Amino acid sequence: MNFSDILTMRHELMLTIIALVVLIIDLNLHNRDKHFIIPITLSLFFIHTVVGFLPSQPSTLFGGMYHTTALIVLMKNILNVGVLIILLQSVTWLKKEENREKISEYFILLFSTLIGMYFMISSGDFLMFYLGLELATIPIAALAAYNHHQTKSAEAGIKLILSSALSSGILLFGISLIYGATGSIYFDSISQVYANTPMQVLAFIFFFTGMAFKISLVPFHLWTADVYEGAPINVTSYLSVISKGAAAFILIILMFTVFNTIAPVYNHILYMIAVLTMTIGNLFALRQKNMKRFLAFSSIAQAGFILLGILGGNIMGMTAVIYFVLVYIFSNLGAFGVVSAISTVTGKESMDDYDGLYSTNPKVCLLMMLALFSLAGIPPVAGFFGKFFLFASAASAGYYWLVFIAVLNATISLYYYLLVVKAMFINKNEKPLAYFKSDLATRTGLVISALGIFVLGFWSQIYEIINSLSFGVIH
Amino acid sequence: MNILNLFIIVPVLTVCGIMLTKDLKQSRLVSAIGMGVQLILAFVLVYLYLAERGAGNTATMLFMYDAVWFPSLNIHYALGVDGISVAMIALTGIVVFAGIFASWKMEFLPREFFISLIILATGVYGFFISIDLFTMFLFYELAVIPMYILIGIWGTGPKEYSAMKLTLMLMAGSALLLVGILGIYFFSAPAGSPLTFNIMEISKVHIPIEMQRFLFPFTFVGFGILGALFPFHTWSPDGHASAPTAVSMLHAGVLMKLGGYGAFRVAIFLMPQAAQEQAWIFLILTSISVVYGAFSAIVQTDLKYINAYSSVSHCGLVLFAILMMNQTAMNGAIIQMISHGLMTALFFALIGMIYGRTHTRLINEMGGLMKVIPFLGVVYVIAGLASLGLPGFSGFVAEMTIFVGAFQHVDVFHRVVTIVAASSIVITAVYILRVVGILLFGPIKNPHFLELTDAKWYERISTISLVLAITAIGTAPWWLSNMINYSLAPIVERISAVQVTGLF
Repeated sequence: MNFSDILTMRHELMLTIIALVVLIIDLNLHNRDKHFIIPITLSLFFIHTVVGFLPSQPSTLFGGMYHTTALIVLMKNILNVGVLIILLQSVTWLKKEENREKISEYFILLFSTLIGMYFMISSGDFLMFYLGLELATIPIAALAAYNHHQTKSAEAGIKLILSSALSSGILLFGISLIYGATGSIYFDSISQVYANTPMQVLAFIFFFTGMAFKISLVPFHLWTADVYEGAPINVTSYLSVISKGAAAFILIILMFTVFNTIAPVYNHILYMIAVLTMTIGNLFALRQKNMKRFLAFSSIAQAGFILLGILGGNIMGMTAVIYFVLVYIFSNLGAFGVVSAISTVTGKESMDDYDGLYSTNPKVCLLMMLALFSLAGIPPVAGFFGKFFLFASAASAGYYWLVFIAVLNATISLYYYLLVVKAMFINKNEKPLAYFKSDLATRTGLVISALGIFVLGFWSQIYEIINSLSFGVIH
Repeated sequence: MNILNLFIIVPVLTVCGIMLTKDLKQSRLVSAIGMGVQLILAFVLVYLYLAERGAGNTATMLFMYDAVWFPSLNIHYALGVDGISVAMIALTGIVVFAGIFASWKMEFLPREFFISLIILATGVYGFFISIDLFTMFLFYELAVIPMYILIGIWGTGPKEYSAMKLTLMLMAGSALLLVGILGIYFFSAPAGSPLTFNIMEISKVHIPIEMQRFLFPFTFVGFGILGALFPFHTWSPDGHASAPTAVSMLHAGVLMKLGGYGAFRVAIFLMPQAAQEQAWIFLILTSISVVYGAFSAIVQTDLKYINAYSSVSHCGLVLFAILMMNQTAMNGAIIQMISHGLMTALFFALIGMIYGRTHTRLINEMGGLMKVIPFLGVVYVIAGLASLGLPGFSGFVAEMTIFVGAFQHVDVFHRVVTIVAASSIVITAVYILRVVGILLFGPIKNPHFLELTDAKWYERISTISLVLAITAIGTAPWWLSNMINYSLAPIVERISAVQVTGLF
């Protein structure tokens, strides 16, 4: 392994080193000094994020198991930025007394899953893909059970591990069928020979089912709400944003390269699942009162929109999906950031607690409104552009009715996002939550999300970069 | 610097200015200055436009500005105006300006109120100056969403219900619209050449007729919902009744015009064949709007509901005239948009002022107001007479032109719908005169009303600017009519170029 190979794998290697450094520092720190880990890790991760943006060459390692392109590096960077925001948002919560002894665990587990996602996105064959996927999933279960003395958190962990074990099994069965049918596990060679025969379609269905679990598409979404509600809020935001984003990235790459030949077959499946996911996710979100469950169901609905870009089946669709995930990261983290700040300070997570919040905490409310409008796809914030491009890509393939259903769903989603806006701005409350001032880290995290929500839409450069990188992936 | 860009920049600066203010006095001053500048700009634009036409510029769109936004999708930030948009911008300028003065005493969260109001105005201005479907759609949604906040926070009555109903129905409308726009986009150029969102570019190609048949209903109904097309008008009465004064003014005055404007600029202009084929369906719906709205206004007892239903009726007439698709009727449609915009804004402003004094909007509880608040009373009568189409006011010019244009169709179907729609003139007279009679004349029912004070200076500014505009159009309609006619000619030419053997 020479130096240029190390550069190729710099995301994975650096993060591994950071995780190990955190572990070593933790070993050498006194119990009362544990909180020093937080600033150290944050600055290390910040450096890691910046280094990720340095230019790199596309190359292949391990005989095709691992490969990077400019697009893949971009995907990893997008994830990095998201994780950075989450880390900033979790500082206040980590400093709490009850978490003092497990600070380093949080970081190490989080970084392990992130390394898994890197490998998953970079994989060149199904073996590496599966390894990455598992590495990305199992530590999250531990994270979900982070507050292990709380029943709900422990329950979330066990639910997550069981359902991902099941879905991994299904996925692995799909992969073995693919191997049986094509005699290869390499993406390149499979994509040459993949054909529309019953067995290969069946293999695809198993594979897709496994992935659908990970992205929580309906009808494989049932684990989501309970896990999201039980897990600590920052883990929830990690699950719903980073995990889902990474899975969406690899899914769209696989759909457009490996399974491209059976697109006419899978389009029917995707069509139905997209409609189901958007509609059912929305209908469930309508009735939620707990903010975490609320955002969980809304993120299920959002996953349905991603399928529209895959259905588009062209460069436009690929760009739209990546762009949408980027926008979604900022918008959802903005919303989660506010929920997290409020829940950390006051312990309140119900929508009713937000009544009249504007009279005491106007800035937080404005940010929340922006984030929710972005999630709903209202101009001029970034979510509008993200949704518009997804719809455009689906329309480019002629799915006008699907676009119509999707926009109607966006309208339904606007209803429940407005419920939160209504609670904050319109509802009267004798005793709204008192004014609180969050610390620097939380505020930085919130400001970054707000900037992203505002700037990404107007700044068309970003879309163009993603678009130019998407060329070459699809033939 | 292109003058059209200022129509976006000035409101944005005003919003930033309001953010820096501390209380009601400062924020209303900043808003008034900002929107005053905007009004002056609108008149400067009218002047420049007329000067340019006088100098012999025959381009369809003037003051074009084009900046590439998303190159790979060929999305542009493209601006340009013709006579119709110039007229609509002037209308918006007047109504927004009057709206600021009508909310001079907005005590509760004034900064937020004015910011939302001006964001709404930005959306409207942006919509009228865009010639790129993407930016147009963006501004359209930008204009709709502040309504929720405005009605929800500062409204009266069942405001939360009304705000939600209005927002969701209009957003469902934009769902239809989005499908239409995307469809137009993907058929905007022959195979091989780059697709475009630019309206003027798209008008050079012919969208395949099968696609037109599919997309036209989406686009027309999408805009029609905002234009209170029957049976999608139900958001309008509730929304108007619950909204605070300035918002009702802006909403009925200009926001509903977005529907009419979009319906002919996008739906009919870009898809003329399908429009010719399917016009009969929508003609029936719009005639129902016209008559049904008027009849509903008769039985209402709340002043705002009366005016809201009369808006349904009048806006129905706009869509009705647009669907007649000849020069005279469409000319009438545009004048009706402007006339109704001014008139209804005046009505809502007056209702707000009367409500602020009497604390009731139910006509049965009021009476004899002419004796105590003569200024407001007289202006109310003027607004009423303009609304029922008395010669000398804008309403007469508009309705006259519309029905003359509509009667130019010689077949039975068009004659019948025209007669049905024309009957609304009589019904309008009934509800207007009934309200004027009960409200302003007769004995004073409530002794407290004797202590009411007449209009303050800011209220006079608000109402007089609207009355002036109404009488100006009523007495000298030709300058407006000429301006519109010139720009309508290429549109009507494109529509009548397609010969379709429709159902009737």
